[in-house]
Amino acid sequence: MTTETTKKFNIDTVENAAKTPDTELPWAELGLKRNEFDEILKVLGRRPTGAELAMYSVMWSEHCSYKSSKNHLRQFGQKVTEEMKKDMLVGIGENAGVTNLGDGWAVTFKIESHNSPSFVEPYQGAATGIGGIVRDIISMGARPVAVMDPLRFGAVDHPDTARVMHGAVAGIGGYGNSLGLPNIGGEMVFDSVYQGNPLVNALAVGVMRHEDIRLANASGKGNKVVLFGARTGGDGIGGASVLASESFDDTKPSKRPAVQVGDPFAEKVLIECCLELFKGSLVEGIQDLGAAGISCATSELASNGDGGMQVELTSVLLRDPTLTPGEILMSESQERMMAVVTPENVEAFQAVMDKWAVEYSWLGEVTDTGRLIITWEGEVIVDVDPRTVAHDGPVYDRPFARPEWQDAVQADTFTGSVQDAGRPAAPAELAKAVTELVASPNMCSKSWITNQYDRYVGGNTSMAFPDDAGVVRVDEETGLGVALATDANGRYTYLDPYHGAQLALAEAYRNVATAGAIPMAVSDCLNFGSPEDPDVMWQLAEAIRGLSDACMVLGIPVTGGNVSLYNQTGSTPIHPSPVVAVLGKLDDVARRTPSGWREDGQAIYMLGTTGAELDGSEWANMRGHLGGQPPKVDLEAERALGEILINASRDGMIDSAHDLSEGGLAAALVESSLRYGVGARIALQDIMDRDGVDLFTALFSESQGRAVVGVPRSEEVRFTDMCTARGFAHTRIGVVDAASGALEINGVEGLSLDALREAHEGTLPKYFG
Amino acid sequence: MTELPLIGEAIAVAAEPRLAGARIGVVTFPGTLDDRDAARAVRLSGATAVELWHGDTELGDVDAVVIPGGFSYGDYLRAGAIARFAPLMSRIIDAANSDAKLPVLGICNGFQILTESHLLPGSMIKNDHLKFLCRDQVLRVENSNTAWTLDYEAGQEITIPLKNQDGQYIADEKTLDALEAEGRVVFRYVGFNPNGSRRDIAGISNAAGNVVGLMPHPEHAVEQGFGPESLDGIGGSDTDGLGFFTSVLNKIVGGDK
Repeated sequence: MTTETTKKFNIDTVENAAKTPDTELPWAELGLKRNEFDEILKVLGRRPTGAELAMYSVMWSEHCSYKSSKNHLRQFGQKVTEEMKKDMLVGIGENAGVTNLGDGWAVTFKIESHNSPSFVEPYQGAATGIGGIVRDIISMGARPVAVMDPLRFGAVDHPDTARVMHGAVAGIGGYGNSLGLPNIGGEMVFDSVYQGNPLVNALAVGVMRHEDIRLANASGKGNKVVLFGARTGGDGIGGASVLASESFDDTKPSKRPAVQVGDPFAEKVLIECCLELFKGSLVEGIQDLGAAGISCATSELASNGDGGMQVELTSVLLRDPTLTPGEILMSESQERMMAVVTPENVEAFQAVMDKWAVEYSWLGEVTDTGRLIITWEGEVIVDVDPRTVAHDGPVYDRPFARPEWQDAVQADTFTGSVQDAGRPAAPAELAKAVTELVASPNMCSKSWITNQYDRYVGGNTSMAFPDDAGVVRVDEETGLGVALATDANGRYTYLDPYHGAQLALAEAYRNVATAGAIPMAVSDCLNFGSPEDPDVMWQLAEAIRGLSDACMVLGIPVTGGNVSLYNQTGSTPIHPSPVVAVLGKLDDVARRTPSGWREDGQAIYMLGTTGAELDGSEWANMRGHLGGQPPKVDLEAERALGEILINASRDGMIDSAHDLSEGGLAAALVESSLRYGVGARIALQDIMDRDGVDLFTALFSESQGRAVVGVPRSEEVRFTDMCTARGFAHTRIGVVDAASGALEINGVEGLSLDALREAHEGTLPKYFG
Repeated sequence: MTELPLIGEAIAVAAEPRLAGARIGVVTFPGTLDDRDAARAVRLSGATAVELWHGDTELGDVDAVVIPGGFSYGDYLRAGAIARFAPLMSRIIDAANSDAKLPVLGICNGFQILTESHLLPGSMIKNDHLKFLCRDQVLRVENSNTAWTLDYEAGQEITIPLKNQDGQYIADEKTLDALEAEGRVVFRYVGFNPNGSRRDIAGISNAAGNVVGLMPHPEHAVEQGFGPESLDGIGGSDTDGLGFFTSVLNKIVGGDK
C-alpha cells in the first residue's frame, strides 16, 4: 500500500529543495508572513521542502508559538519569589505545571481554549477541547481526576445561541462523561460580545506520585520513537490543503473537516493504557498530539531532549491513505500520543498496547545529531534543528496603546445613568429586583447544564457545582485533596484590563479559600481579540501585567495556561476575558465548606465591607449599562479573608461559606438558602450604617473581599474573636431559619424559597428546553 | 519499577473480619468507568474486591460479580451490545444460570449488558428527554429478597445517584406483567421518573433473584461525604447504596438473613 500511496505524490525532498531554490511555495496561504518565510530561508540556508514548510507554518502560528504574547507572558516567570517556587515541581513550558501537594503527592492542572472550533462545530469543538486538555495531563504522568468548563455564549435569546450552547454542553458531556472524569464546576456567561465567538475553555486536573512525573523529551541515542492511539486522518488540516499541489491525484477528498472529531472511547483506553505504561516505567518521554500533531510532537520531544530524532513518515498508521506528507505532519487527529521507549522495553510496551487493543507504530529513534530528520521511504523530506521549529519561532513586540475610548467608558458610571432611573427602593420593588437578579441569564442556576455532566464518577468528588469550588479527594487514607475554581469577568476587564484580570484572580482565589482550601497555584486561559489591534494588544498587555502583579501579592505562581487570540466577530473583539483557575489544597476534604447553610439557629455573618460599586455589575448589565470603574481590588484584604475562611474551616468554626461576587450579597443570600433549601432571616442595618450605603447598594454592590458564612452558636465567640484579632470587618447579619421556607430580609418583601427556586432554575429550561 | 497508587486502591478495610474472606469480582471492559468505585464499595462493605478483565476466559475464585457502569467499547453500537460477547461474559452467564446461582449485580452499563446477555429481560433505550442526566434519585426497594437487597426492608426508600444517557427501561406488556407478578421489579423510581422507564422501573432481577440490574449507582453512595450531595448533612443518608454490598456479603457468608 505504501508504494501505491507514494506514487500519488511529488515528494519534495531536501535534496530537491536544494536544487530548486526558486520553486514558488504557498507560504502566505499557510499563514506565514514574508518576514517569517525569510527567517525560515535563513535558518535552513535553503528553501524549505513542502513538509518543512508545513511544520514551520503550524508551529510558528499564533496558537503554537505565542508570538504576540510571549514578551508579555515572561512576567509570569519573572514575578515569582523563592517562596512561590517552593511547591512548584514543574513550571511553565511543559504540557502542564506540577505542584507539590505533600505526602509524596503532586498535582497537575491546566486550562485551555477551544473557542473557534466550538463555534464552527460546537459538539466536536467542545468535546475535543476536553480530550486535548486531558491528554496534556496524562503526558505529565498523572491520572486525570476531574474536569471543569468555563463557557461564554452569545445573548441568551439570540437564535444561534441555542445551537452553540446545546452542542457545546452535549459535547462536553458526551466526551467527558465517557472518560470517567467527574465534571466539578465551571462558569456560564451570556453576552452578545461572544455571539460570533463563544469561549469554550476546558480545565483538567490530575494527580501522581512525585516519582511518576514525566516530561516531554526524547533522550538517549537509540531509544525508539512510537506513535500510538488513534490512526492519523484528515482532521483539522484545512490549512494544509494549499499543499495539495504536491498531490497528483485530484480525486481524493478535497474538503477536510476543519474541526477535529473526537472518540472518547479511544481516549479512555489511552488514559488507562498510558497509566499502565507509567506504572511499568516503560516510557522515557511522552508527548500528546494536539495542535500541529506530529510536527509539534516530534519537534518538541527532540528539542527538549539531548540529541536529535529520525522518523520515517510512511510508518504512521493512516485512516486516510491518500494523505500527503505535509498533511500527515499537520493532521490534528485526536487521541494520539508519542513516546520514547528504550529498546529493552519495546516488548513490554507492545504487551501493554496489545492488552488495551491500542494501535501503535514505531516511527524511528533518538539520535545524537541534534537534527530532526523525517524521511519518506528513506528519502529525507525534513532536516531541521528542532529548536528552530518548536522554540525559536518569531516573537513580536506588537504595538499597543490605551484605547481612545477608554476614558469615556470609565467616566460613564451607572449611578445617575439613564439605565439607573427608578432604582428599586420599596420592599416590593427590592423583592422583585432580587428575584429578577437570580433569574437573569448569568445568575440563574446552571443545573440544566451541570445535570448533563457526571459529577460522581471516581467516587472522590467531595464538592462540585453549585458550591464555590470543586473539591476532589486525592488520598483516600488521609483525605488529602484539591479544590479548584475558575473565574473571569469580561465586563470588569473591559472597563479596566489591569484590575479586571486581578479581579478574576481574586475571585478564583476567594472561591478556593471559601471552600476551605489553601490556594497554591494558578493556570490561566487568556481569551482576547486580535493582537494586531493596538487596543486589544493593550488589553492583553495590561491583563498580563495585572495578573502577574497580583500573583506576586497573593504568593501563588502561574504554572501554565494558554493564550487564545483573534476572538472576535468581524472587527469587533470580545470583551477581554482572562479566565483564571486557582488550585488549592485541603489536608482533609472532610473539612471542606459547602456554600449553603443547613442548621436552624446558626448565626450568619458577612465578612468584609461594602462600597457603592455597581459599575460593571450584574445589576447594571441587566439594565443594559456598561461603564465606569470595576470594583476596587484589595489583594491584602483577599489574603486576610482567605486566611479567616481557611482557619475557620480547619478548626470547625463555620458550617457554610459563600463568596460575594457577581450579583453581590443578594445573589449570595439566595444561593446559600437554596443550596439545601433552608431559609434565613437577615437584617442589613448594621452594614448600611457602618458602610454608609442604602439597602439596594448593600444587596447589589459587587465590592470585593467579602463572604457570608454560617457560624454554629457554639463557635460564635471563637469566630468573632479571630476576625477581631485579624482586624477584619465582620457583621452578624442574621440567623438560619429552617422552618420558614423563606429568605426574609428586613426592608425587602418576603421571598419564599419555592418562588426563588422557580425563578432561579427556570431560566435555562425556558430558553433551551 | 515505580508503583502508581491508583486512587481507590488504598482504602481502609472495614468492620467485620468474617466478611473479609468473601471475594467479589468487578469486571472491567475497555470503556468501563465505575470499576474502581465498585471495588471501593466492595472494600468498604468489608469484602475483598477482585479485578476481572473482559478478555479472561476463566471466572476464577469469586463469590459474586459486579458489572459496573461506563461505556463498554464506547457503546457506539447499542449500550452493552458488544460487551455481551466478551469471553468473560460467557463464564458469568453460565455461573449465574448454574445451580450455584452466582450473585451478579449489573449497574447502569452493567444492567444494559445483562439485558443484552438475556440474563435479564427487556432493554434500555435513550432517555425520553434525550439528554444525559445526573441527579440524586429516590428509589423504592420493591423486593428485599434478592441476593443484593436482603439488607433493605421492602418498601424502603433510598437515595442514590443516577447518571446515564440510555436509561429508559422498556419491555413488552406481557414481560412487564410477568415481572410485576413474580416480584421481579426490585426498584422503582419515586417522585420523578428520570428517563421514561416503563412503570417507573429502575431495576429488576431474574427469577432466582441472584441476578439484579439497575440504572442508578449504589456504588456512588457508600461513603459519607461522597454520596448524594443534596443530602449531605440535612438529615438524609448519603450511604444508602452500601446495603447492596452488605446484602450479598451476608448471603455469601451465611449471615442472619
